[in-house]
Amino acid sequence: MAEPESHALTEIVRDIVQRHSGMPTRLLQILRDVQDHLTWLSPEAINEVAQELSISPNKVHSVAEFYSFLYTVPRGCYDILFSDNITDRMLGNRELLHYLCDRLGVGIGEMRTDGTVTVGVTSCTGMCDQGPAALVNGYTLTRLNKPRLNRIAELVESRTPLEQWPQEFFEVSSNIRRADILLGRHFADGAALRAVLKRGPEAILEEMIKSGLRGQGGAGFKLAAKWMSCRNAPGEVKYVVCNADEGEPGTFKDRVLMQDFADLVFEGMTLCGRVIGAHHGFVYLRGEYRYLLDSLKATLQRRRDAGLLGTGILGEPTFSFDIDIHLGAGAYVCGEESALIESLEGKHGVPRIRPPFPTTHGYLNKPTVVNNVETFATAAKIAVEGGNWFASRGTAESKGTKLLSLSGDCERPGIYEYPFGVTVRRVLEDCGARDAQGIQMAGPAGHMISAREFDRRICFEDLATGGSFMVFDQSRDILDGIRNFTHFFVHESCGFCTPCRVGTSLMRDLVIKVHTGHGTPYDLEEMRKLGRIMQVACHCGLGQTAPNPVLDSLDQFPEAYQRRLRATTFEPAFDLNAALEDARQLTGRSDAGAYLNEEDLMLGAMP
Amino acid sequence: MSEELGFTLDGRRIPFQDGQTVMAAALAAGVYIPHLCFNPDFAPHGSCRVCLVKVNGRFQASCTTPAASGLTVQSETEELRNIRRGILQMLFVEGNHVCPACEKSGACQLQAVAYYVGMLNPHFSHFYPRRPVDASHAEAVIDFNRCILCELCVRASRDVDGKNIFAVQGRGIQAHLVVNTPSGKLGATHFSIHDKAAQVCPTGAILTKHQGYNVPIGQRLYDRKPINVVGDVAQLPESKGGRRHD
Repeated sequence: MAEPESHALTEIVRDIVQRHSGMPTRLLQILRDVQDHLTWLSPEAINEVAQELSISPNKVHSVAEFYSFLYTVPRGCYDILFSDNITDRMLGNRELLHYLCDRLGVGIGEMRTDGTVTVGVTSCTGMCDQGPAALVNGYTLTRLNKPRLNRIAELVESRTPLEQWPQEFFEVSSNIRRADILLGRHFADGAALRAVLKRGPEAILEEMIKSGLRGQGGAGFKLAAKWMSCRNAPGEVKYVVCNADEGEPGTFKDRVLMQDFADLVFEGMTLCGRVIGAHHGFVYLRGEYRYLLDSLKATLQRRRDAGLLGTGILGEPTFSFDIDIHLGAGAYVCGEESALIESLEGKHGVPRIRPPFPTTHGYLNKPTVVNNVETFATAAKIAVEGGNWFASRGTAESKGTKLLSLSGDCERPGIYEYPFGVTVRRVLEDCGARDAQGIQMAGPAGHMISAREFDRRICFEDLATGGSFMVFDQSRDILDGIRNFTHFFVHESCGFCTPCRVGTSLMRDLVIKVHTGHGTPYDLEEMRKLGRIMQVACHCGLGQTAPNPVLDSLDQFPEAYQRRLRATTFEPAFDLNAALEDARQLTGRSDAGAYLNEEDLMLGAMP
Repeated sequence: MSEELGFTLDGRRIPFQDGQTVMAAALAAGVYIPHLCFNPDFAPHGSCRVCLVKVNGRFQASCTTPAASGLTVQSETEELRNIRRGILQMLFVEGNHVCPACEKSGACQLQAVAYYVGMLNPHFSHFYPRRPVDASHAEAVIDFNRCILCELCVRASRDVDGKNIFAVQGRGIQAHLVVNTPSGKLGATHFSIHDKAAQVCPTGAILTKHQGYNVPIGQRLYDRKPINVVGDVAQLPESKGGRRHD
């Protein structure tokens, strides 16, 4: 794509900034739009944005550099990113990635010299039940295979606009395999809003207390306590935020809710607005779900037209609430609620110091409720059906149901809704996982369990989860998964605090060392020590949970490590022979004497 | 006499005022908790994690934890010392810290805290990043190899000097300090060695030119007394071997 003339660039940027009302809080959205026009954010474009918003160019640059989907170096007109979750790998994504790169004549992560295309990898795109998946210019491609990639290569070479690509390439299935009270029962749009108008916010809060509903994102904070704290917080202006930044690898239930049940989610947010006294809400939609944006905007408009959103909802002049959708740009850490709020404010997503908590100091430092997609949807149902109805399912501490995203080695991947307390074994039977050796529960930040523990129950008392459930069968090497997860955390650490920024890299390097057959028992002990520091010392949940897959698998699958260890007690972290390569090249030597033999290496390895 | 607010730190009673953090109250009471990104002249940052303590059994950064009556805080335990040492070692391998060749040696907070927590080697594998040195400014030099991303210069330049010269960019292990000019060079800014930003660096990343080794190695601040006794170099006047010039 040709560089636009500078006055044309000024026009483009000015137009975009005006469309966003010149608000610095919209910076991330503005940068996304500018990049859509230019394929990348050049220094000139960044300066124009800074000038239009009257902020410093470096602030804009900081934001641009933080998000994976924003580029400060040139990218091809077609930007193809393969989802690189372990479930994509199980489905053969690496072979397909190399295949497409060969077909297009481009290296991984590099732009082809003619500027046509870039092919790279990205963190899980939430299509684990229909992978291998990828994104092209931010739009989801599913069920990739070689015939499909052949066609894609042709479309790229002929520079065919995305709108003219076969629609089936972009098809995203919902794959709802088991429905219970949330997915199974009909919901009449507006019913929850009528309920709150008829019965009042206090009565609705009472139902929420009775229901025992806890945050379905995984942390499990009681919904009623959160809403009440925000309702009671001083201040006229309050906000409702829906966390649809479903970044935990292996999780895709919020994607299905946003695709098939958006009305229910928006209704839950509007209900929350009435209860806490907020008139404005945001959906923070992860960048990977960009394909949903147009339909979600249409749903919002339909609700405005139907009097379920906007001013004077259901004819009640004091009931006003509207919703904006804010699109993320590839940052797992923004799933942490305070980082999400920072991102909503147009900044890079570094988690805040807490306390204070968002219920008193959230978006723009105003009282804010942040809840997960599933939580809002469930709250809307409770407002209609009552707290007791909901609480009649589940366990003592985990009421109601939970949506699970099933993927990996099973016959029927997809969405399963179960009452809390269901055993892992039952889930495995239902999804057709006959030969499971282990499950990564709740994503890489959760826990890895082995077959010995399949009678454990999914609930806050036992195995808490945000919904990710990835199955590894007997044919899999557990360490492949662990290595993939440690890479994920290196890529997603925000870099703010020392133990996460540095610890994630150290942990990845230790896992690689063992995975490639260079580890010793000493290295396993090192992993435990490092993991312990990260668990207790990191600033936010990302770093605190990052070592979990390693620590769990050391306990649950010791043989996966043991069989790769060297017999010695210590092995240096670097390859001595490889380290001499520079010296060999400088001296022009390639004779045997320029290489270390086994005996030298043994001496070198002496502690 | 009115009843004084207080909490317990390693068995000792620490009085505090409403709004103070555990760190601030401990410092005011003359009890040292090791730290790097914390500087009493600035709002707490909570990024280095060196000041980790156990508050009623839970690990928390003392610089961001509000003091409260009845808290039981542990700081000088074997467990915490090991964790802090691990964090220091991470900082040392992340950058390129060659103490024997550094002008700051002996008056460096990073080095002094490392000694305080008993760090005698880097333990982890070095990352050996390639980071250029910026000597473009007439009075100061920035050695990015020694930056630990505490953001004190960022905060000082923005909040005190009103110059907004520094920023941190990049994510994760790619995070790095930058100078806010198109060229990225300090020489193109209005930075002065009299700025607050020139006095707050806890390492040798920002050095003043033309005065190298004025005080011989061996006679410097922390060569004489450990950091828990003399305090932070950034808080001490130049007459006492510190960097502060009020």
